[in-house]
Amino acid sequence: MGLLFSFFSVCVLALIAFVGVKTVNLHFLFGVVIPYVAFIVFVVGLIYRVMKWGSSPVPFRIPTTGGQEKSFPWVKYSKLDNPFTTLGVIGRMALEVLLFRSLFRNTKTDYREGPKIAYGSTKWLWLGGLAFHYTFLVILLRHLRLFTEPVPYFVTLLESLDGFFQVAAPVLYLSDIIFLAAVSYLFLRRVILPQIRYISLAADYFPLFLILAIGLSGVLMRYFYKVDIVGVKQLTMGLVSLHPVIPQGIGVIFYIHLFLISILFVYFPLSKLMHMAGVFMSPTRNLANNNRFIRHVNPWNYPVHIHTYEEYEDDFRDKMKAAGIPVEKE
Amino acid sequence: MAKAKFPTPEELSKISYTPPQKGWMDTPVDIRPGIFCWGAKEKSLKPIGFPNARDWNPTDEDWKIQENWKEIFLETMGDLLKKYRSFRLFMDICVRCGACADKCHYFIGGGDPKNMPVLRGELLRSIYRRYFTASGKALGKIAGARELTMDVLKELWYYAYQCSECRRCSLFCPYGIDTAEITIMARELLNRLGLNIEWIAGPVANCYRTGNHLGLQPHTIRDSFDMFLDDVETITGIRVAPTFNRKGAEILLVIPSGDMFADPGTFTTMGELLLFNELGLDYTISTYASEGGNFGFFTTNEMAKRLHTKIYSEAKRLGVKWILGGECGHMWRVWHQYHNTWFGPIDFLEEPVSPITGTKFENAKSNKTVHIIEFTADLIRNGKLNIDKSRNDHLKVTFHDSCNPARGMGFFEEPRYVIKSVCNNFYDMPDNTIREQTFCCGSGSGLNAGENMETRLRGGLPRANAVRYVHEKFGVNMLANICAIDRAALPPLMDYWVPGVRVTGTHELVANAMVFKGEKKRVTDMRGDPLPGMEGKENV
Repeated sequence: MGLLFSFFSVCVLALIAFVGVKTVNLHFLFGVVIPYVAFIVFVVGLIYRVMKWGSSPVPFRIPTTGGQEKSFPWVKYSKLDNPFTTLGVIGRMALEVLLFRSLFRNTKTDYREGPKIAYGSTKWLWLGGLAFHYTFLVILLRHLRLFTEPVPYFVTLLESLDGFFQVAAPVLYLSDIIFLAAVSYLFLRRVILPQIRYISLAADYFPLFLILAIGLSGVLMRYFYKVDIVGVKQLTMGLVSLHPVIPQGIGVIFYIHLFLISILFVYFPLSKLMHMAGVFMSPTRNLANNNRFIRHVNPWNYPVHIHTYEEYEDDFRDKMKAAGIPVEKE
Repeated sequence: MAKAKFPTPEELSKISYTPPQKGWMDTPVDIRPGIFCWGAKEKSLKPIGFPNARDWNPTDEDWKIQENWKEIFLETMGDLLKKYRSFRLFMDICVRCGACADKCHYFIGGGDPKNMPVLRGELLRSIYRRYFTASGKALGKIAGARELTMDVLKELWYYAYQCSECRRCSLFCPYGIDTAEITIMARELLNRLGLNIEWIAGPVANCYRTGNHLGLQPHTIRDSFDMFLDDVETITGIRVAPTFNRKGAEILLVIPSGDMFADPGTFTTMGELLLFNELGLDYTISTYASEGGNFGFFTTNEMAKRLHTKIYSEAKRLGVKWILGGECGHMWRVWHQYHNTWFGPIDFLEEPVSPITGTKFENAKSNKTVHIIEFTADLIRNGKLNIDKSRNDHLKVTFHDSCNPARGMGFFEEPRYVIKSVCNNFYDMPDNTIREQTFCCGSGSGLNAGENMETRLRGGLPRANAVRYVHEKFGVNMLANICAIDRAALPPLMDYWVPGVRVTGTHELVANAMVFKGEKKRVTDMRGDPLPGMEGKENV
C-alpha cells in the first residue's frame, strides 16, 4: 500500500507542476513563490527540529562502545570506536558521518540446518548508501553553477572530474549514473528483500520515488529534452539575488524538476530525512566513554526515596547480632 | 514449563524468516506460552510503591489496568520525550534500512519479525507518530501511525520483554539508534500501568528490603558464605574469613547476589575470596549493599537509582576508601554509565589505588569503583600472583563477552588477559560473535525466568552456536564469563544446544591456578573436579 501510494503521489506531484505551468501558466507560482516557500520551510523546519531535539537533555552518557576501552597504559585502546577524549569523539563522528562506519560493520546472517549459523561481511548496503549520498552531494555542488556568478573554481573542477570520461554531448556525468543506480538499488532492495519490504512504510518509498523523479527529470532535461539553460540561470540567479524573474520559454520539464525539489525541501524536516541532522546528536555515538573518569551531569537528577540502612537494621537487628554482624544500635 | 512437551533442539531450530503476507500492523499479537513471563504480582509491586499493584495473568483477556490508562501512557510518554534526547531522536530518525534486522539474537533464533530491532522500535514509533507528530495526527496509517489500543499495548508488553537490552543492534545502526534505550522507555511506560513481569518485580522488591535480589537476609548471607568457605577449606586447606559490615575497611566489595548462593557463581566468589585472603586485602562485604546487579534498571530509571543508592551510602557509612565490584554484566553497565551521574560527585571516597601494586586506577578516579577483573589483571601484570597454569589444563576455555561490559564499556582485553594468564588452553569464538559483536546469553535484562524458556533457548542460540563451533573444532569444554546472569543462564543453554560445555566465572579459573601460601596438596579445582594428573584422588 505504501509503495503504490508513494508512487502515485509523486506522479500526481509531477502532473500538478506540468498542468500548472503548461496549461494554467502559473510560471511565477512554480518558478518563484513555491521555491521560496519551500526554502523557508526547509530552513525553519530544520532549525525547529534540531532545537526540539536539543530541548531534551542527555541525562546519561550512554555511548555504544565499539572497541577496547581505555583502562591501563599497557592495554591498547580503540581511540575511534571507543573514544575516551573529545578528539576521539570527533574522530568517531567523522568516520560515522563521512564513511558510514557503523554500516561498514554490516553482516549477513547465514542460517543453515543443523543449526549452523555463520555471519558474513556484507558491504552492499554500505556501498549503495555511500554512493547515493556522495553522488547526491556532488550533484548538489554542481548545481552551484546556477546560483553563483562567477562560478567558483571548485565547481568547474568538480564538473570536469565528474565528466572525466568525456562521453556523449553534453558530457555525461558519472555522478548522474551512479546516483540513479544507487537510488534504484535502495528501492529494489526494499521491494525484493522480504524482511525489508515488511518493515517499509510509505515514508520510506515516498522519498525514494521523489528523489528518483528529481534525478530522472534532471537527466531528461540535461541529455534529452533540452531546456533553455541561459533562461534557467537567469531564473536561479533571480532567486538568489531576491530579484526574481521568469524568463520565457525555459521548458516545462524544468518546472517539474524545480517543483519536485521544492516538495523535497518541504518534506525534509517533516520526515526521516532528518537523520542527516540527527546523526550528529546521537548520544550512543557522540559521547566519550569516560563515565568513571569524568562525571556526566543529568539536569533533572532528583533525590529518590530509598530504604535506608537504619530501616534495614531495624528490620534485621536481632538476626544480625545473632550472626555476629556489627550493628549501629545495640 | 511442561517438560514432556518441550521441543527438541531439532524442532526448535526449524526457523522461518519469511514474514507473513499481511502487514505487521494488521497482525495482532499472539501471546504464546514459553515466550512470555508471568505478570508482576501485587506483593512485589506494593512494597516499592509501584502503581496498579494487583495479581494478573497475561493470558487473560482483562489485564486489570487503570481506567485512564491511555491518558497515563501518553502523558508519561510526553514526559519521557522531554527528558531523554535519545528517546525523541530515536523515535524520529530511523530510516528503516534494515541493517539491524538480523543482528538480534531473538530474531535469529526465533524468526518473529517483530523481534527485528527496527520493528521492535516501530511498535512504539507508530504510537509516537499518532500522538506526537503532525503528520501522524493528520495522515494516520499512511504516515506509519496507529491508535493506542489495548491490543497495541499488549503487543508492546509482549515484545518489551523479549528484548534483553544487549545493544548489539545499536552497534550496527548507522545513527546509533539503541533499541535498549527504546525498550527501557517502553518498560518505563508499562510500569506506570503495573505491567511488569514477576521475574523482575520480585527481585526488585527483595532488593529494596533485604539489599539483594534473592532476598537473602543478613544471617543467611553469612551462612551461605560459611557453607562454601567450608568447601574452600576442604579443597585448599585454607580457612578464609571475610568480614561483614566492618567499619574502617579499605575496600567495600560488592558482588552480584547470585554469586553468594548458587553454583557456579559461588565458585567465582570462592576464587575471589581466596585471592583476597592471599593478598591480605583489607576489605569488607555489606549485607545491606549486598547486590551489585540492579533489576530496578529493568523497571524504571527511578527504581534503579533507589536500589543502588545503598552502595555509596554504605561505603560512606563504613568509611571505606573505594569500591570493588564483582563479575556481573548489567551491574557494570549501571555502575559504569549511570552511577556517577546518579550519585556523584563522589567526594567522600578516595581515588582507587591498588594497595598491593600501587597502581592508580586512573579510568575510575571519579566514580571510585573498580572492576574486579581490572584489579586482578593489574596484580597479574605486576607479577603479584603465584600461578600454576597447568592446574587448568583439564579445561579448554572460551570467553563469552557479556553484552553490557562489551557494548557499554568496551571491556575486552582485561578478562582475556586474566584468563590467558591462568589457562594454557584458550580459544576465542569466531570474530562476529565476540567482543563488541558479542551475542547475548538470551536471558539478559531480567528475562532469565523459567516460564519463558523457549525465548531464552531461542535467544541463546546464536551464542550457543558459536560455542559449538569452538567445542567441535578445539574441544572447548568450559565457557568463561564475567556475569552472574550468564552463570545462571548459560548452563541450561549449553545443556540444550551444546552438551559437554560447562560454565565458569573468571575468578574461579584464577583460583584454580593460584598457588596459595600454606595450601595443602591440591587435588581438585574449585568445583571439586580432579586437577590434571590427580584423577582418582579425593580431598580428605
